Amino acid sequence: MLERLAPWLAALVFVAVWWCVVAAFGIKSFVLPTPWETVVALCNYRYALFINGLATLATTLLGFAVAVVFGMLLGIVVGSSRLAYSALYPLLVGFNSVPKAALVPIFVIWFGAGTVPAVITAFMLSFFPIVANIATAFATIEPELLEVMRSLGASQRDMTIKIGIPRSLPFFFASLKIAITLAFVGSVIAEIVAGNTGIGNVMLIASSNFNVPLVFAALIVVGVMGVGMYAIFDFAERRMTSWSVRGANIMQQAGGG
Amino acid sequence: MTFIQLTDVDLVYGSPGRKVSGGDTLAVSSANVGISHGEFVAIVGPSGCGKSTLLKLIAGLTKPSRGSVRVDGEGVLHPLKTVGMAFQNATLLPWRNIRDNVMLPLEIVEPHRGRQKQDREKNRDRAETLLAKVGLSGFADRMPWQLSGGMQQRAQLCRALIHEPSILLLDEPFAALDTFTREELWGVLQELWSFRKCTIILVTHELREAVFLADTVHVMSSRPGQIIQSRAVDLPRPRTLDSTFEPDFVELVQELRRHIGPGKKS
Repeated sequence: MLERLAPWLAALVFVAVWWCVVAAFGIKSFVLPTPWETVVALCNYRYALFINGLATLATTLLGFAVAVVFGMLLGIVVGSSRLAYSALYPLLVGFNSVPKAALVPIFVIWFGAGTVPAVITAFMLSFFPIVANIATAFATIEPELLEVMRSLGASQRDMTIKIGIPRSLPFFFASLKIAITLAFVGSVIAEIVAGNTGIGNVMLIASSNFNVPLVFAALIVVGVMGVGMYAIFDFAERRMTSWSVRGANIMQQAGGG
Repeated sequence: MTFIQLTDVDLVYGSPGRKVSGGDTLAVSSANVGISHGEFVAIVGPSGCGKSTLLKLIAGLTKPSRGSVRVDGEGVLHPLKTVGMAFQNATLLPWRNIRDNVMLPLEIVEPHRGRQKQDREKNRDRAETLLAKVGLSGFADRMPWQLSGGMQQRAQLCRALIHEPSILLLDEPFAALDTFTREELWGVLQELWSFRKCTIILVTHELREAVFLADTVHVMSSRPGQIIQSRAVDLPRPRTLDSTFEPDFVELVQELRRHIGPGKKS
């Protein structure tokens, strides 16, 4: 019971602390608005926030979907072959170390302002954790298991389908939860730098008008969308990889262990 | 009539297929072993003497640096497909229940692979019959982690045998188990073998286990692994735990112990 309420209680405490800080130090609304002013802004601008929130969600999910497909395939390749691992991993790490925000202007030069740079930035930020996790899952398959499979005459494809993919599922879901939050970061950054729609664009316009409550309302919209996506993956994970969680509930279902 | 024949086999560690030269470490050195059809062979020796390497050579998972490995008259150049393997770790797939774990080889080995759909019921019966033989009836729907170490090893033996391989390679399958469970599984394995009659090669460092189970015990020296003694075990079958206390049995174990060398724990 307490466990189910805990996330809501923590959120409430956070809001309370925020409110107390603003009240105690008499902070001006255009520096840090109270939670109430933020909620008012949320209501007043609900239509713009809804439309632009949807745009950001679509951009993020598009970039994220490409990252999932690309990340899985590259992860399988990197994790299955020692040569590919040593050849590509340093390149991937180097690539991931480049600050993506700095690349947005280049994408704008290549593809023009708008949705495309945001999709690409979301993709660029989110594919690395997926590659790294899938590669680790594939590279750490027990050598005995591979010997059993090889002695049965299993092909590389058999090993990938029967062992590699199911074994990597818990790693995969862990990486999805990281990747989706990074995808939001990517798309919002690109929208701030060079967007003409989206939550990032709303934030840019609001802050140039010193409408700080609206900036915070926009931040809350992004945060809620992130938590929502996280919850969806968490649900899918529990449905698909219950075998990796050796909980007491499963024990009971199986007839008391 | 030899079924498996190793002739002058050398293996240089960590570099399969390389020629032997002066400074290299040999994992296996001039191994000559002949194993007949349906024979139960044990290979014993101190840890790190190349026992497991010998199994990999027979399975075709590693190529010898020198010499030849022949199974059924043919040189072994690729991994054999008529082999069942079991290891110290049960290596069951944690996302499959016990029945589906046991049926894994049928999804890979021909001709079963192509007949999976029509033989589904038959294969399930087969898996369950085999599970019952090792004392796991009623556990087919459990997940691997719900089983004890000994039960996981029983399931692993079933997985190694489901596709009726002609050779069963066992790499210290009982080494991680407690003494009572281990001795119980000797009985299980002996019974499985008397009913399947495949050729079994068991690698172990437990001399009593080797003498209990095998027709022939090959003793290997520590690195470079050489076969220094081959001893037929002519004790009557089926052997029971009581027979392990009889003078003939004890004497044979002691004789083999002397070959492993003094001052080394096996």
